Amino acid sequence: MPAPIRLRELIRTIRTARTQAEEREMIQKECAAIRSSFREEDNTYRCRNVAKLLYMHMLGYPAHFGQLECLKLIASQKFTDKRIGYLGAMLLLDERQDVHLLMTNCIKNDLNHSTQYVQGLALCTLGCMGSSEMCRDLAGEVEKLLKTSNSYLRKKAALCAVHVIRKVPELMEMFLPATKNLLNEKNHGVLHTSVVLLTEMCERSPDMLAHFRKNEKLVPQLVRILKNLIMSGYSPEHDVSGISDPFLQVRILRLLRILGRNDDDSSEAMNDILAQVATNTETSKNVGNAILYETVLTIMDIKSESGLRVLAINILGRFLLNNDKNIRYVALTSLLKTVQTDHNAVQRHRSTIVDCLKDLDVSIKRRAMELSFALVNGNNIRGMMKELLYFLDSCEPEFKADCASGIFLAAEKYAPSKRWHIDTIMRVLTTAGSYVRDDAVPNLIQLITNSVEMHAYTVQRLYKAILGDYSQQPLVQVAAWCIGEYGDLLVSGQCEEEEPIQVTEDEVLDILESVLISNMSTSVTRGYALTAIMKLSTRFTCTVNRIKKVVSIYGSSIDVELQQRAVEYNALFKKYDHMRSALLERMPVMEKVTTNGPTEIVQTNGETEPAPLETKPPPSGPQPTSQANDLLDLLGGNDITPVIPTAPTSKPASAGGELLDLLGDISLTGAPAAAPAPASVPQVAQPPFLLDGLSSQPLFNDITTGIPSITAYSKNGLKIEFTFERSNTNPSVTVITIQASNSTELDMTDFVFQAAVPKTFQLQLLSPSSSVVPAFNTGTITQVIKVLNPQKQQLRMRIKLTYNHKGSAMQDLAEVNNFPPQSWQ
Amino acid sequence: MIQAILVFNNHGKPRLVRFYQRFPEEIQQQIVRETFHLVLKRDDNICNFLEGGSLIGGPDYKLIYRHYATLYFVFCVDSSESELGILDLIQVFVETLDKCFENVCELDLIFHMDKVHYILQEVVMGGMVLETNMNEIVAQIEAQNRLEKSEVSAQLVCLMPLPISPQGGLSAAPARAVSAVKNINLPEIPRNINIGDLNIKVPNLSQFV
Repeated sequence: MPAPIRLRELIRTIRTARTQAEEREMIQKECAAIRSSFREEDNTYRCRNVAKLLYMHMLGYPAHFGQLECLKLIASQKFTDKRIGYLGAMLLLDERQDVHLLMTNCIKNDLNHSTQYVQGLALCTLGCMGSSEMCRDLAGEVEKLLKTSNSYLRKKAALCAVHVIRKVPELMEMFLPATKNLLNEKNHGVLHTSVVLLTEMCERSPDMLAHFRKNEKLVPQLVRILKNLIMSGYSPEHDVSGISDPFLQVRILRLLRILGRNDDDSSEAMNDILAQVATNTETSKNVGNAILYETVLTIMDIKSESGLRVLAINILGRFLLNNDKNIRYVALTSLLKTVQTDHNAVQRHRSTIVDCLKDLDVSIKRRAMELSFALVNGNNIRGMMKELLYFLDSCEPEFKADCASGIFLAAEKYAPSKRWHIDTIMRVLTTAGSYVRDDAVPNLIQLITNSVEMHAYTVQRLYKAILGDYSQQPLVQVAAWCIGEYGDLLVSGQCEEEEPIQVTEDEVLDILESVLISNMSTSVTRGYALTAIMKLSTRFTCTVNRIKKVVSIYGSSIDVELQQRAVEYNALFKKYDHMRSALLERMPVMEKVTTNGPTEIVQTNGETEPAPLETKPPPSGPQPTSQANDLLDLLGGNDITPVIPTAPTSKPASAGGELLDLLGDISLTGAPAAAPAPASVPQVAQPPFLLDGLSSQPLFNDITTGIPSITAYSKNGLKIEFTFERSNTNPSVTVITIQASNSTELDMTDFVFQAAVPKTFQLQLLSPSSSVVPAFNTGTITQVIKVLNPQKQQLRMRIKLTYNHKGSAMQDLAEVNNFPPQSWQ
Repeated sequence: MIQAILVFNNHGKPRLVRFYQRFPEEIQQQIVRETFHLVLKRDDNICNFLEGGSLIGGPDYKLIYRHYATLYFVFCVDSSESELGILDLIQVFVETLDKCFENVCELDLIFHMDKVHYILQEVVMGGMVLETNMNEIVAQIEAQNRLEKSEVSAQLVCLMPLPISPQGGLSAAPARAVSAVKNINLPEIPRNINIGDLNIKVPNLSQFV
């Protein structure tokens, strides 16, 4: 077999590839060669092959088959082999246990090797990828190396110890004795890594922190080192742009921060040196600013003197004016951190911060935006909002959502007046309407309803806002809602806040209709518009016929949601005209949304009006989401006109609702298509108060122990049993498991169980275990129903069963009203 | 802690990929791509910090990068590192590369991927800064390269029958190699005498006595 090509040649070949496919082909060919070379246990070229694999790995090709070869290289005697082997191990090895076990041995040998570079490699690898088992096994060796006099090994051992502590925190104590002399070291590399190790220990364990503060007197030691660094003249060894080892200074300042945090004595001990660093550091270059920045952070974090804190914030203020974007960025970041504690000091730089909103750099802009929001308070809200609204107008799309919700929050917290609040939110909706979060619409609607005296003003403003531009969906939704609700105020022209405008009823309807027609409108927006038009039928006097026409046109809309609404509204006109005004009454002032408990759903039905629509899957979804649907389906005939709106839209929570209650409605329309009612269910004749009728019936609830199961249905060989469970976490949820069995001699196929409950309940039907009820009681179908009964009312249910039996389709309805009281009380 | 160090060129071709946290290979490549796209769309005159991408870390992580001619050097770090400090560190790393390769260019990184890794190993270890003194780094790298070279020439000595040497040019090399071999092998000798075993044997013997 010829010698494998060199890495250099491979790279050269790969670079000639003109397409990705060509490259892949070359690599595959080479991989095949490498594999066969590996199989032959070729020792001479193993290192070359692994190097090639690493190159391919970097390009994103799989190279894990080289893992074991890396181990073999590590075990080799040659430094060249070990070097590439360890590199391969760090890049290729994953968490596989067996490989790690082999590794542990090799590393252990190499940690005791006589060549420092081999030891260094082993330390480096352990410090990069050592698993917790490896760390446990090798911590002793690391600790030994931490005490050597060889600085090359010592610095690596210190970082390795950090890794060990991260992996196995309980090994920390082991390194404690070795830390004693670390800070006396002259070599800066060792000093640097020692500070890292000490930082890690202090951060991980409060005991260690206390120990280093009190017993080891770490602060004076660090202060001394820092002082030497600033005072010592030019040392070519450690000089970076005129500053002596800025990296070490930064590290020490970080450790001082941890030591001084919440500790008066330590903070006291470092005040002077911090002041010295803050005033003496040369800031013409990035390195100087890095130190200064770190100093500022330390001053802000420890219990420093107030004068020092002012100095620190002023340094940040100076940073904000710096030409270097990076400096400006860190200044904003750190001001953001300190704004909570030193609010007033930061407030002084407000104008500079606001200026940063106009920066071209997105990172700076984002920070400036966050900081600006943090600076908003009751005194400056008007000015700040002006700036932020201007920013919202001009900023990149990626900021708009955050900025808009920031403005909403700030406005809610500090709004000087309701009118200002409404104006501000409307401004946001007009400028960044499509970026606001979904909850903005209901929130604004709630705000508007609650400020009764502003209704006329608001509706007028909104009308004007959508007159020219109805592309901003949230704005149009709010506007449609308000026009529907307060349309009478709009046409009457009685607005005290502003010059009233003269609008006719037809003009209002024109705009709503154009929203309905516009292809920019989403389905949700159209729903709002249609409902608004419907509401206007009781608020406007001379355009009712026009409204009827619009509603009936949308009765055949291809948008199912819209169609359903239109059909429902149409029915309202035709059959329940006497109830229309009560149903479409103005919404009552809403309570602030409470955010827990199932009762909330009931309370907020009205105000969160759009929510169920927005989250609703397309109407064709398999799981009907509303009980009204179920029940209407249940009673099945196509000749029944559904009257109840499926979503709780447009229905005032208070009035009329019960009148139109589902069950009542059903018996009103006579349900002629329904299959003959089972004998056990009394056919209630008198409309429309079926519900009342039901509740006055005597119920079989004399079973008292546990929650007994009931037989809900037993007819034609089909028997359905209900068993109950009550949820512990939420007692208003009853979980009903139904079991259907079949005592006839033939299977019942395509079995579908449906259920409906009165309006005060909510029902969730989970999918059944099967659709076939096997004959001779040889098996059952189970299906789980969850009923939410927030008001703990008497549970009633209508069920509908469809199945195929003996070649014919069967359908039956039943009413279940013998629920044991334990299941709902 | 530094989570990852990525170097890629202006077209997104990776030139150095080093992760200090374990990610599956596919994710690593995705991170490189994502980082490239994040960095690419930024002008040279805006700040060098980026809030982390979606794949690596979270809000605590930042991408800190510098752009040199055809190459981007990107460090992904968490909040325990100083942003400005990392910028200086990138500078130190690049200057070190420059010293080791003498006017480093992209081609050096391409053809000496292993060497670049070795240099990086002397600067950053396990995601933490190890050494920032360039002279020290270069000295250690050179010493290790010498060690490698001596092994190669030692191998040459073994492969070549000695009598060929009269041609002059080669005669010096074996001499150096031999001394290198000596240097390497001498310390090996005590390791072969297994002290651990001896220690165990002694008490065994005493038992018999």
